[in-house]
Amino acid sequence: MRADPLPVLTDATVKSQHEMTVCNSCRYCEAYCPVFQAMEERLTFTSGDVAYLANLCHNCGECLYACQYAPPHEFGIDVPKTFSALRVESYAAAAWPAFAAPAFRSPWTTTAVALAAGALASALAARTLWVGDARVAFPAAADFYSVVPHDVMVTLFGIVGLFAVVALGIGYRRFIRSIADPNIADPPSPLRGFGAASPVGAAARDALTLKHLHATGEDCVDAEEKRRPWRRWMHHCTFYGFLLCFASTSVAAIYHVVFGWVAPYAYTSLPVVLGTVGGLGLLVGPAGLFLVDRRRDPALTHSTQASLDAPFLAMLFLTSLTGLLLLALREKTFMPSLLIGHLAFVLAFFVTLPYGKFVHGIYRAAALVKFRRESNH
Amino acid sequence: MAPPEVYEVAVLGGGNAALCAALAASERGARVIVLERAPRVFRGGNSRHTRNLRCMHTAPTDILTESYSEDEFMTDLLRVTGGATNETLARIVVRASADAPGRMRRFGVRLQPSLRGTLHLGRTNAFFLGGGKALMNSYYAAAERRGVHVVYDADVIGLQIHDGRFESATVRINGREQQVRARSVVLAAGGFESNLEWLKEIWGDAADNFLIRGTPYNTGTVLKLMLDAGAEPVGDPTQCHAVAIDARAPKFDGGIVTRLDCVSLGIVVNKHGDRFYDEGEDFWPKRYAIWGRLVAQQPDQIAYSIIDAKAVGRFMPSVFPPIAAASIRELAALIHVPAGTLAATVERFNGAVRPGIFNHEALDDCRTDGLVPNKTHWAQRLDTPPFWAYPLRPGITFTYLGVKVDERARVALRGGPAANIFAAGEIMAGNILGKGYVAGVGMTIGTVFGEIAGREAWRGVSSDASASHTGHRAR
Repeated sequence: MRADPLPVLTDATVKSQHEMTVCNSCRYCEAYCPVFQAMEERLTFTSGDVAYLANLCHNCGECLYACQYAPPHEFGIDVPKTFSALRVESYAAAAWPAFAAPAFRSPWTTTAVALAAGALASALAARTLWVGDARVAFPAAADFYSVVPHDVMVTLFGIVGLFAVVALGIGYRRFIRSIADPNIADPPSPLRGFGAASPVGAAARDALTLKHLHATGEDCVDAEEKRRPWRRWMHHCTFYGFLLCFASTSVAAIYHVVFGWVAPYAYTSLPVVLGTVGGLGLLVGPAGLFLVDRRRDPALTHSTQASLDAPFLAMLFLTSLTGLLLLALREKTFMPSLLIGHLAFVLAFFVTLPYGKFVHGIYRAAALVKFRRESNH
Repeated sequence: MAPPEVYEVAVLGGGNAALCAALAASERGARVIVLERAPRVFRGGNSRHTRNLRCMHTAPTDILTESYSEDEFMTDLLRVTGGATNETLARIVVRASADAPGRMRRFGVRLQPSLRGTLHLGRTNAFFLGGGKALMNSYYAAAERRGVHVVYDADVIGLQIHDGRFESATVRINGREQQVRARSVVLAAGGFESNLEWLKEIWGDAADNFLIRGTPYNTGTVLKLMLDAGAEPVGDPTQCHAVAIDARAPKFDGGIVTRLDCVSLGIVVNKHGDRFYDEGEDFWPKRYAIWGRLVAQQPDQIAYSIIDAKAVGRFMPSVFPPIAAASIRELAALIHVPAGTLAATVERFNGAVRPGIFNHEALDDCRTDGLVPNKTHWAQRLDTPPFWAYPLRPGITFTYLGVKVDERARVALRGGPAANIFAAGEIMAGNILGKGYVAGVGMTIGTVFGEIAGREAWRGVSSDASASHTGHRAR
């Protein structure tokens, strides 16, 4: 029997350990997804093991409906729901700084506080507050930097962005350590070997295609025998929309820094096209996910996980909406208000990145790499 | 429930055979009602706990390796039943099993290659993706799409049969008695393994200590009603398929996870601390079925499998934790077995172990000499703490008593075959499986005879209708 190096025996951990013990003696779900294949490599389950398995779970739901021991059976096995609760706990346990962990338990409050702070910061950054005469402040339409000077914007977002990256990085490291098997010399760096055939490459493919939301060839379930592609497609819209927006910002930064081309850019320019397409993805995707999740069988997701999803989706949607409105109406006189509003959302979004649903992508990717690495052994 | 109406086919039961019958009848156009005794969450009878079905095939498929010929399947059936089989019916099952995977897939069932650790079944058995409950979900969804009327919590308490013809069934639904009328009926309500009174009639008080591995809803009500109505019985009424399972399993519905795979790795003692049978006689998958009866014959129907640290990791993990101790005497205290006797048993056993090369994959040469009974394979000294014990009790899987049928699945009454009464699944499996068992054959019988029963039930109705020009046609 292996010792549990860092026993965090919450209810969700204990329930997960019970469920994996039952599942490991049954194994009927083995072909559904990697969770059960990774489970079979183990005889007992430490708190780190179940945290790993929980983050490997994509909540596709198949195993609940296939389970002969699902509630109201006395074994009460509901792996998707139990793991969804454990995932939230694992996010909180890895949070940096540790005193921020309660943010995962009150996601709406966290979001509201972040929004208020973001609004205050962007208002303070806006030149209107320093220069009394608004007409002097806005000589040209669509000139965002006349509202918030470029250096102020770069400094503000530089600080917030750096903070988010550091917090996510430390959280990631803590998570990796918590799921590492003390008996296997697991390399602490997960980024060893990047080739397409390497575990990292394979895991990247798994993540980018959401392979395990349709691991059995059909899509994940919304309810018993109801397999639909919408959840996967909406997630793709969200994820790739986010990537395009990120690409848009990066290209714009290159334009500015390298070529000295200063915003605003034409509607046909690369940053605007990338941002517009990505922004539309971030409207469609989060709205779709919200609707899909609302119609999904509540037996599949724990309430703590569900309450983490909604504010994150709302933030993505509103950040994108304000951005697209700003783009469309940038010639109008009320552009400064739109800009300040959009910046408030973007700031709040970045600040809450390490304390909300966003981390699932990072931790799941880590679990996928670990799974691919174990499979190679 | 809808207002009283006459169905063309009523199916009594809600497991694999029942749904195969309902789908076979409804795809030909019959109006079908399924009366499932369990609530929706526990629907599907013992099929909920299954995971594969045995099927012949002449070439490798996407889910089955090599080939498994009709003759080989028949040989396996004859071997496990010791000839207690109706060879005509058995051959029908074997031949039709070849088409079963394709047919199942048409109804949305998903299949997969054999599970890891069950590679020995990869050639003979097609596995249901996710197991038997997933299979039943697919069948129920297919039945709903086809307009089959499924009623849950429907307890059949009476059958109205006159001159060999079924007329209606009395059904208690949510405490209210109703008559369900149908032109034909398929009996697919399983055996009586969860009827504790019935078990006690046969095995006496020992039955109090039996665990039922499957559904609590197989009380044999329909079987008994049919036997009382003059159906010819088949199969030994005093036999059941019983395996040794973990004594801590729930009384009902423990299913697969209550099995224990470590018997052949150690010794098994009764409550007095004495060994009583050769634990290493053969591979465990070939022997687990006899251990149910062996444990049932021990005082208080309890036994303990005892292993030492050398065995850990060599068997499928159990759902229940081992009872562990640093010495045999401490272990004896934990399991309430006389410590002196158990220590003496282990000492005698250790002294009798002959040198050999341990190999759990083969019938190795590790055996004891001079013991009664000897352990003939995989005998290793119990000398490495911690020592583990798992308590064992008999776990009943199914009963053999059923109703006799012909090749059209018609139930044999004393005056000849019933006109419109058909049977499928465990309630008639005794025709083919008079005794013994081979993995996955119960599901094959249910799938094949479910289809035959549904088809024949509809054929009788449709030919009646055209003969009498009543004009009652299905959609």
